Amino acid sequence: MSIFTAPVLNYSLLAPILIVLAGAVLGVMIEAFASKAIRPVAQLSLTLGTLILAIAQVWRIRHQSSLTAAMGSVAIDGAAILMQGAVLVIAILGVLLIADQEQFTVLAAAVPGSEEERESLESGQKLTEVYPLTLFAVAGMLVFPVSNDLISLFVALEMLSLPLYLMAGLSRRRRLLSQEAALKYFLLGAFSSAFFLFGAAYLYGYSGSVSLAGIRDSVVGGSGNDVFFLIGIAFLSIGLLFKVGAVPFHAWTPDVYQGAPTPVTAFMAAATKVAAFGAMLRIFYTAFANAYWDWRPLMTVIAIITMLFGSFVAIAQRDIKRMLAYSSIAHAGFLLAGVIALNKAGLDASIFYLFAYGIATVGAFAIVTLVRDSTGEVTDLKRWAGLGKRSPFAASLFATFLLAFAGIPLTSGFIGKFSIFSAAYESGNKAIVVVGVLSSAIAAYFYIRVIVLMFFTDPADDGTSVVIPSMLTRITVIAAFIITIFLGVFPAPLLNFITSLAYFIR
Amino acid sequence: MNSTGNPYVPILVIGAIGFGFAAFSLVAAAITGPKRYNRAKADPYECGIEPSPQAAEGGRFPVKYFLTAMLFIIFDIEIVFLYPWAVTFDKLGVFGLVEMSIFIATVFVAYAYVWRRGGLEWD
Repeated sequence: MSIFTAPVLNYSLLAPILIVLAGAVLGVMIEAFASKAIRPVAQLSLTLGTLILAIAQVWRIRHQSSLTAAMGSVAIDGAAILMQGAVLVIAILGVLLIADQEQFTVLAAAVPGSEEERESLESGQKLTEVYPLTLFAVAGMLVFPVSNDLISLFVALEMLSLPLYLMAGLSRRRRLLSQEAALKYFLLGAFSSAFFLFGAAYLYGYSGSVSLAGIRDSVVGGSGNDVFFLIGIAFLSIGLLFKVGAVPFHAWTPDVYQGAPTPVTAFMAAATKVAAFGAMLRIFYTAFANAYWDWRPLMTVIAIITMLFGSFVAIAQRDIKRMLAYSSIAHAGFLLAGVIALNKAGLDASIFYLFAYGIATVGAFAIVTLVRDSTGEVTDLKRWAGLGKRSPFAASLFATFLLAFAGIPLTSGFIGKFSIFSAAYESGNKAIVVVGVLSSAIAAYFYIRVIVLMFFTDPADDGTSVVIPSMLTRITVIAAFIITIFLGVFPAPLLNFITSLAYFIR
Repeated sequence: MNSTGNPYVPILVIGAIGFGFAAFSLVAAAITGPKRYNRAKADPYECGIEPSPQAAEGGRFPVKYFLTAMLFIIFDIEIVFLYPWAVTFDKLGVFGLVEMSIFIATVFVAYAYVWRRGGLEWD
């Protein structure tokens, strides 16, 4: 009988995660015990307070980096702290959008179009469950990029996915489309989780260890069964590529982005990308780094088809949310170029790109929530014609975010694309740089087409207009705009900060 | 088990016994069991309720059974962790007590939510 020694968990390093989880549990208690009248205010302040407290904790531990917590299953290194910070900043902006409860149904379980649903909408109640769900998803997103073994990776993956499946189905308008999105996301997500788990089992069979460090040691030692290893990499990658929406595992992206309530789309599109690419970078830069010859060729092909497919198909889109979804697929391809680069510059560039892209995405979807007619949001691109003449301010902000997606200088997107492609070039992968620049040019076409549509086309007189945004939405849009421009004009402070911190412990 | 044999042989034997038992039961029931069919027996089994070709009100199924099943799973998972803790309570000491208290508290949060939101009312 061995003597039990209590595991050392390093609570202070886990503080951001634990705070967000505690906030989520408190949120569930508010749902259970607080009266309906005070729930919206209570939930919003609890959620924002929790996220701000968590950011403060991330800031506090930034110099204690390069440590593992929870017996080595969580690695709090510089890169982890940067990714957690990015997730939390995006989550705060996302929650400010989610606070606009106009976008959410009240009784998600009611049959669309039924008497019950109509009554619930007329009662004027709010759907406050979405706040604890958001916090649970954020907690999963905080754990995912810091997980240092396959078990915590899987738990984090489920923790961030399950609330998002639900949140996709909460849209107030076009209920059936929203429910369809939630169901598709859930089924395909469950399928990809199974792939992930299958890959994890094979990697365990290969190395006899679930920790990334253990897998790395087996790769370096080269003693294991290579067939297990290759199957493991392939299936684990499928699970991850699904989450980031890379071709050919992208099929859910347009449907879910379109069907989900737009504030949820904003939060999900930005924060999930950061978390999933964070985990991907960690796995490929630590566990699989020495076997790069095995996975790099195929990942290069996937990155190339993802960039080209996203850019080409986006041209044909007639719905603004679907267009942004295909644009996010193209961006997943650009980010994969950073994963494949497998050098320090690639890591720095990927983190910068994730942050810049996430902020611009939240801003762009925030503007989408504002363009409405009497029945709700207008996402048909044709009806955005002439928006710049009627609401020049909102249209200019949207144009800025689109230019950032396109990678035009003086926006954050240019710095992101430039640093990612130079890192890829440095690693000797010239094909991916050529295709990347080419598909950026293709993508610029459909971004600029929307700008032309907004500013140089006569407005159709069909009641489409930009509503006066609430204070919180206004904060989100302005903050996203300022960050996007600031990072484009003065990228040095953030780039230097990232370069000084972004390391993976091995 | 002797030390020279293949360690996977017992698993094979267990598998063979399991298969044999299932096959024996099916065959024995088919040979010896009485065969008296009636309408209720031919219906598909659906949680003990009267099965209907389509649920009332536009194809919806009552969610009550599902809720009960989910509640069962909450407590089932709790027991999965409680039992090993109870067995090794002495060794785990204060650390185990604190961790399990936190665990049970969070399980009860889910339970409190279900209770307050009417998940325990049948009608």
